[in-house]
Amino acid sequence: MEFIQEGFSQAYALLISRDPATYSAVIATLRASGLAMAASLLLGIPFGYVLGYFNFPLKKQIRIIVDTLLSLPTVFIGLVIYALLTRNGPFGGSGLLFTITGIAIGQAVLSLPIIISLTATAVEAADHNLRTTLMSLGANRRQIAASTLWEVRLGIIAAAVTATGRVLTEVGISLMVGGNIKWHTRTITTAIALETNKGEFGMGIALGLVLLLIALAVNVSLAGLRRRI
Amino acid sequence: MNYRKAAGNIFLKVVVSMTVLGAGFLFSGQPVPAAEGSETILMATTTSTDNTGLLDYLMPSFTARTGIDIRWVATGTGKALKLGENCDVDVLLVHAPASEKSFIGRGFGVGRRKIMYNDFVIIGPASDPAAIKGKRVFEALQAIASSDNFFVSRGDNSGTNKKERTLWRLADIQLPEQESWYRQSGQGMLTTINIAAELKGYTLTDRGTYIKYESAAALVPDLVVLVEGEPVLLNQYSVIPVNPRHCPEIKYDMARVLSDWLAGDEAQSMIREFKLLGKQLFIPNAGQE
Repeated sequence: MEFIQEGFSQAYALLISRDPATYSAVIATLRASGLAMAASLLLGIPFGYVLGYFNFPLKKQIRIIVDTLLSLPTVFIGLVIYALLTRNGPFGGSGLLFTITGIAIGQAVLSLPIIISLTATAVEAADHNLRTTLMSLGANRRQIAASTLWEVRLGIIAAAVTATGRVLTEVGISLMVGGNIKWHTRTITTAIALETNKGEFGMGIALGLVLLLIALAVNVSLAGLRRRI
Repeated sequence: MNYRKAAGNIFLKVVVSMTVLGAGFLFSGQPVPAAEGSETILMATTTSTDNTGLLDYLMPSFTARTGIDIRWVATGTGKALKLGENCDVDVLLVHAPASEKSFIGRGFGVGRRKIMYNDFVIIGPASDPAAIKGKRVFEALQAIASSDNFFVSRGDNSGTNKKERTLWRLADIQLPEQESWYRQSGQGMLTTINIAAELKGYTLTDRGTYIKYESAAALVPDLVVLVEGEPVLLNQYSVIPVNPRHCPEIKYDMARVLSDWLAGDEAQSMIREFKLLGKQLFIPNAGQE
């Protein structure tokens, strides 16, 4: 039990002393997650909006598939991305295995269904009177679509918060695709797994606390964004 | 009209700022040691060389001596061999001689070289309920099998796991996978030792990881060494460059430089001096038959 206490004091020491190995892992985590979130937001918001706003054939079926993908296990994503990126695999020439970009690709796959599904839900749940009201005010279809997008902005931020939490904390993809290489692809979560394997439980707790601090910083900035819009 | 325009504008700002946030993360990196573009090789190795801290101790000297930056992926020997077979790494440092020979036999590796060894030990509760202390390995395994005490196996195809299976076979016991006292952790060595400690069971471990466990347990370990010191418990580590004929794109020349360095005087004496709790973890034996 005492290693939990030890973890708190070690976390403090790591941050105060700017421990280079920890900072390298923090930066690897932020780079992979940042890239994954940027890609999945750019792709996911338009897709989710279309899925929630328009009616078209197979819409329900696509929705069920997207919702099923919410249950993708991270280790499985890691294995599939590894199979694609290994030297003998279809994208073996890309040299992306054991890189931050490789991790980010896997994490974008993890994040994309969350963004799509939650955006679509927010769009569907938008006030149905909104469309009628806007139409009565003489808005055309483009204006109605844009206004709906604006009305669901908080839902989209919620999607981003949820996906960021998942991406920041996953370990299966980072371990399998990144390889947990010190100074390069060692993220906070793979470092926790390693320290635990080494029996350094206090250090594992400390790194967990550091990750929570990062999550706090990300959410504080998103909350600031929410207040301003 | 204005409403729509304002909405579109602000929303655009949100998306852009989120993207910028993401991109900002990307480029916020302070430079890490060993810049990209310098000569780099990638090695797959086992958890025992990494978890004990041996590689962190050894490899800066290699880089200083040769200018080659080395990165490694620490995993079970089974997966390490697979990474070599798939041409994802340039060189291996592993400890499963039988699998290594078949790896080379199938043309995936070339020029295997012995580097160092330590030994496997059977550890268990100090109270030793199955009374194996001081017994020979095979008698000890038979005693565990006929008692009701837990035995925790790695169960992950690692070098240690392969050794354990060989020992059961040599002890003339069919692998007790179905037995309720036989638990497979599927995890690394130290985690497996901790599971065995929780279960008050027995397990097979390499001595290096056991010493690491002893030090993490602040010298009051629940599990102690009960069986040791037989030739069959030898744990040989070897370096194997991946075969350039199988993987034309790998950096064979640099892998050879690493192999030469590890087998050379500098690395061999560094390995001899590497200690934890005042105990030597690995015994260098390059060049010996």
